[in-house]
Amino acid sequence: MLRAVMIHPSPNSGRWTATGGVRAISFHHDAPLQLSNGKRLSPLTVAYETYGQLNADRSNAILICHALTGDQFVASPNPITGRPAWWPRIVGPGRPIDTNRFFVICSNILGGCMGTTGPSSPNPQGDGAYGLQFPMITVADMVRAQAMLVEAFGVETLFCVIGGSIGGMQALQWAAAYPKRVFSCVPIAAAARHSAQNIAFYEVGRQAIMADPDWRGGAYDAAGVRPSKGLAVARMAAHVTYLSEVALRQKFDRNLQARERLSFGFDADFQVESYLRHQGQSFVDRFDANSYLYITRAVDYFDLAVDFGGVLAQAFLHSPTRFCSFGFSSDWHYPPEENRAIVRALIAAGADASYVEIDTNKGHDAFLLEEPQFEAALTGFIDAAAAARGLALGSGANAA
Amino acid sequence: MSARADHLVIASMVDHGAKVLDVGCGDGALLDMLQRERGAVGRGMELSQEGVNACVARGLSVVRGDADRDLQDYPDGAFDVVILSKTIQAVRRPPLVLIELLRIGRCAVVSFPNMGHWRQRARLALTGRMPTAPHAQGGWSDSDTLHLCTIRDFTVLIETLGLGVDKAVPISDGVARSPFAKSIWAANWLAEEAVFLLRKA
Repeated sequence: MLRAVMIHPSPNSGRWTATGGVRAISFHHDAPLQLSNGKRLSPLTVAYETYGQLNADRSNAILICHALTGDQFVASPNPITGRPAWWPRIVGPGRPIDTNRFFVICSNILGGCMGTTGPSSPNPQGDGAYGLQFPMITVADMVRAQAMLVEAFGVETLFCVIGGSIGGMQALQWAAAYPKRVFSCVPIAAAARHSAQNIAFYEVGRQAIMADPDWRGGAYDAAGVRPSKGLAVARMAAHVTYLSEVALRQKFDRNLQARERLSFGFDADFQVESYLRHQGQSFVDRFDANSYLYITRAVDYFDLAVDFGGVLAQAFLHSPTRFCSFGFSSDWHYPPEENRAIVRALIAAGADASYVEIDTNKGHDAFLLEEPQFEAALTGFIDAAAAARGLALGSGANAA
Repeated sequence: MSARADHLVIASMVDHGAKVLDVGCGDGALLDMLQRERGAVGRGMELSQEGVNACVARGLSVVRGDADRDLQDYPDGAFDVVILSKTIQAVRRPPLVLIELLRIGRCAVVSFPNMGHWRQRARLALTGRMPTAPHAQGGWSDSDTLHLCTIRDFTVLIETLGLGVDKAVPISDGVARSPFAKSIWAANWLAEEAVFLLRKA
């Protein structure tokens, strides 16, 4: 994998670090992060990964925004968890986001737990981690932190901001907040506002975490424990919304797990139970419970239209950005109707918009899975946008 | 691949640099031609996933949508020209769609296969079989074909809706013929397709 090691002189006061395979930039009190709740966050560390080379006029940078429990290791293994890259089908040499051609930036979101400042970071005003002393954050705050990183790379205008799920929310927020700095924008399986149903599911997850005695009011770090049971339940509830009824039936139906007959007990009799328990268990090893609380809350608060008089189209009025939105037919987390609402607003605003709806039974997670129609359309959009931006074809792209 | 005859006629009705919406744009062949040859700023709407994918893959700005449902998303007067090429037979409510076209665009261009052509009439008279749109896959029972019409049917609808016809071009044997003016009798017998340029009266 090509990695850019070049670091450009920074116009702001960030300090670059690389420890334990995690690269980061830290901003101190002279460059605090202005939060939506009126407070300022300092110090701020933004952990990131990059792939490919920034070109001479710095016009080929793509920012990838990750989803709720994702990380910056979009196209390479996570050195801490050992987990493989999370979007290898889309990002890499010769892939739709061709790292032979584009400079790809992906940063851990604000409030996360993979190196970027979050509730598990040290609290400068006290001993140990922030815990619930961490300020409430929003999707707009996440994007402002990303903008500081992008500026530090000396990138004025991103060629593309792309993301799935709440990564798509961040992409929309970018386009609304910094229209001139986003040449193209690709929200995937996203929504311009978090629905009541999604708030409900997230609340179930948060209550599960807070009901775990080991949560300790958020101060579990100091007590040397982790609310693993609660976090696992939160993950299990959320994970169901990432699949689809059809996918569950096809994959598991009512099949029993390694047994011939029902146990008449509360063991994981069914394969689907066993699968969900595994999802929950493997999740707690790599994710922080307070991060889960803060990020889900930030997403609950997301309603892009609110800052624009309640009219979503106003967010994109006179936008020069080229948009391509993707929805997946069986996604009931951010259903096609939510993606269509984004597109309706773009059309009403007269923005340059495409909308691709993929017929699939893979549910919300379809954007992470093998979906050739999605990949073909994404490749077409990115190639056309690159041509409009005057970017040459890379060695991995088909020059015919 | 040579361009479709109705596409060439439609292109001749689009001013250079015009802002164009193609409703039911298929694989984007017409939009592509309008952008390349007429310098048009093109947008499209298409119902089929294959069509949308083909369009986006060739770099066009196209949304997946249904003409019967999604035209309401477009603001009044957002386009110079709104095109409905060989799509009217597939919409559920042609009158409403036509009115929407002229709400969104300053003018509208509509092309359709003419069921009044002598060969279609002969087919019904001599074989007792329903006329079918050229290229329709499943004949009369093709589920994408809801509303077939003749040139006369179409002009009656236009009059009923109070819309104005700027130009009407018959196409026969794949070649555009002289625009027909008052008498549509000959065109309705001889044209396999027709292209209408419409304006609000």
